[in-house]
Amino acid sequence: MASENPHKSDYNSVPRIRVNKWVVYGAIAVVALIVSFVLRRVDLALLLDFPLDVEYPVKTSMNNGLDWLVINGAWFFDGISYQIKVWLGRLKDFLIWLPWPVFSAVIILLAWRIGGKKIVLLAAVALLYIGVMDLWESAMITVAIMIVSVSLSILFGIPIGILGSRSNRFDRILRPILDGMQTMPSFVYLVPGIMFFGLGNVSAVIATVLYSIPPCIRLTNLGIRQVDYQVIEAGTAFGSNRMQLLTKIQIPLAIPTIMAGVNQTVMMALAMSTIAAMVGAGGLGQDVLLSMGQLDQGGAFLAGMGIVLMAIVIDRITQGYIEASQSSSSTTNQE
Amino acid sequence: MQETLTNTTESPLDPIISVKSLWKIFGSNQEEIVNSDDGETDKTEVLQDYGDVVALNDVSFDVYPGETFVVMGLSGSGKSTLVRCLLRLIEPSSGEININDDDILLYDADRLREFRRNEMAMVFQHFGLLPHRNVIDNAAYGLEIKGVDKDERYEIAQEMLNKVGLEGWEEARTSELSGGMQQRVGLARALTVDPTILLMDEPFSGLDPLIRRQMREELADLQAELQKTIVFITHDLDEAVTIGDRIAIMRDGRITQLGTPEDIITNPIDDFVKEFTRDISQTRVLSVQSIASDLEQVFENNTGVSEIIQAMEDTGKEFAFIVDDDSKLLGFIDKEAIEGAADDVSLKDMDLSVIEPIHESTVIEDVVQLTLDNPYPIPIVDDENILTGLATHDAILQAFAENALQQQTN
Repeated sequence: MASENPHKSDYNSVPRIRVNKWVVYGAIAVVALIVSFVLRRVDLALLLDFPLDVEYPVKTSMNNGLDWLVINGAWFFDGISYQIKVWLGRLKDFLIWLPWPVFSAVIILLAWRIGGKKIVLLAAVALLYIGVMDLWESAMITVAIMIVSVSLSILFGIPIGILGSRSNRFDRILRPILDGMQTMPSFVYLVPGIMFFGLGNVSAVIATVLYSIPPCIRLTNLGIRQVDYQVIEAGTAFGSNRMQLLTKIQIPLAIPTIMAGVNQTVMMALAMSTIAAMVGAGGLGQDVLLSMGQLDQGGAFLAGMGIVLMAIVIDRITQGYIEASQSSSSTTNQE
Repeated sequence: MQETLTNTTESPLDPIISVKSLWKIFGSNQEEIVNSDDGETDKTEVLQDYGDVVALNDVSFDVYPGETFVVMGLSGSGKSTLVRCLLRLIEPSSGEININDDDILLYDADRLREFRRNEMAMVFQHFGLLPHRNVIDNAAYGLEIKGVDKDERYEIAQEMLNKVGLEGWEEARTSELSGGMQQRVGLARALTVDPTILLMDEPFSGLDPLIRRQMREELADLQAELQKTIVFITHDLDEAVTIGDRIAIMRDGRITQLGTPEDIITNPIDDFVKEFTRDISQTRVLSVQSIASDLEQVFENNTGVSEIIQAMEDTGKEFAFIVDDDSKLLGFIDKEAIEGAADDVSLKDMDLSVIEPIHESTVIEDVVQLTLDNPYPIPIVDDENILTGLATHDAILQAFAENALQQQTN
């Protein structure tokens, strides 16, 4: 056997008294209170106000920086703005052009294929409500904004998530950014939107994408990282290269988790497209906002209910899709 | 007995796998530990002194083409690490792994991938199947990533699925299958790429005992047909003895004993190995040659009939084995048959009863039924059909009795 650990005896020779850690924390709190009391009594300005205030220079330089970006990056932001405006406009016009029975039929068919009878009923109720409450056109605008924003979120979110899953370094950079994005109050996203893209639907789309992209990135990353190691090992043992592992094993097995991310993205996009009414986005959110402004509580409530029903239907349909994809690629190995 | 140790296993061929002084240490002091090795590096000491885990401790062995090489050990003995090192799923700390005289540890990523695609295939304890694919797409996976086109890979995969008894299940989801069937898919997937070497990491451990036995038998049949080189990992000595041509016993990252099943059962090198061998009956590994009794009642075919009858009456044994002048077994005759024959008939012209001889390398347990079905001793022959001994009822009973006694005293 090995010789005795040399550190062991030193460690034991120092007598140690075990103190409950809560006693220690309590003592620290008491001391802190006493010190505060004494300082307030002494009333020394240096100790009561922060000696340094850098708010102004930091704030100003940020504002200047943004101004510079707005002026010099105009070609870039205008380009994006134009593209989004065109596509969003076409989609919106198309959806409004679609006769309500056609649109309803498509949604109900979708609900029936993916969700079953219950969801069909729910979808029918929601469509009926939106129709009879004269919210159809607003709802179509909201749907158009949603489709464009969610498509953009997925288009960028899934590849970023995949990159995050492949490189731990990239993941470490990504994580605090996503944390920041998710803790930031939602209307903060509206401000840069207005500055770069002006008032209207484009700002709304950009703000919605920024707000709703984190869950898509996170869950794509998580889904790929969670794929059973034994399956990856088997894939490697048969000589798969990294791309083959990704496309033939990791992504297919991560689909349920990625879809859960997409579901969250959709729900967050719906929430944000409502708030985006504040920067001039049309749709149900605008109905709520305008009604509130006119002290028309009833109108605000009806439009609000429209949003709620839409949210429930979209959530149930996407959840149904996730369940379907889970059962088809379950990783459980039965004995 | 020494001779039987070398039959079939010690091939005169060059080894197909030759592992030389392989080390795997998990931790940050790999080089230091390997360099300071005095041949007595101890797993517990290293853990205490460096905080590193020695998974493979100076492991060397050869595997010959066509043999089933079993690595046996308990969990934590390093057997799973060893088999993963052979495919570089785990990167060894130092040493050599020569496959077909090529050190695979020197391969770059592309070469390694080619090697994995063509030379070796692995069957996993937990199957490692792709749950989002059906059975045939799982079986065809190895070919798919090699870029074999769809029709061809399905054809080959179908052939292998038929071989492992999964015909008709091609379209099933793997999660719908029982454990035994899932492992068949795993086996088919490995065979589809037609590897030179098959690695099997406790493939049957997750299955219940009945299925396990059945799978073992099927593997033996497949192996008889395909003649692959197999490296088989198990924690079960019983399994090791059944399927292994040679067995390496691992403990704490070292190979403590390497030999034929007979070697290991009859001469366990230390108490650790002995402990394992306790429950294994020697009759399962000892060949009939070791209990063969001397030749008696054996006559060349030019012997006179009356002489043979006389001998039967003298010994009271009413049978005779007839050989030619090279001692090759010709047949068998009992007293009734020989007495019925006319005196002037030569033995050469008589119809001898056929009695199925057993090969001298057959293990004792496999001849029990034959002995019970037969009132006379069973002739034992070598490769040339030369009669070398007889397996008598008494000798077989004796072998079992001795074994039972030994197990009691252990």
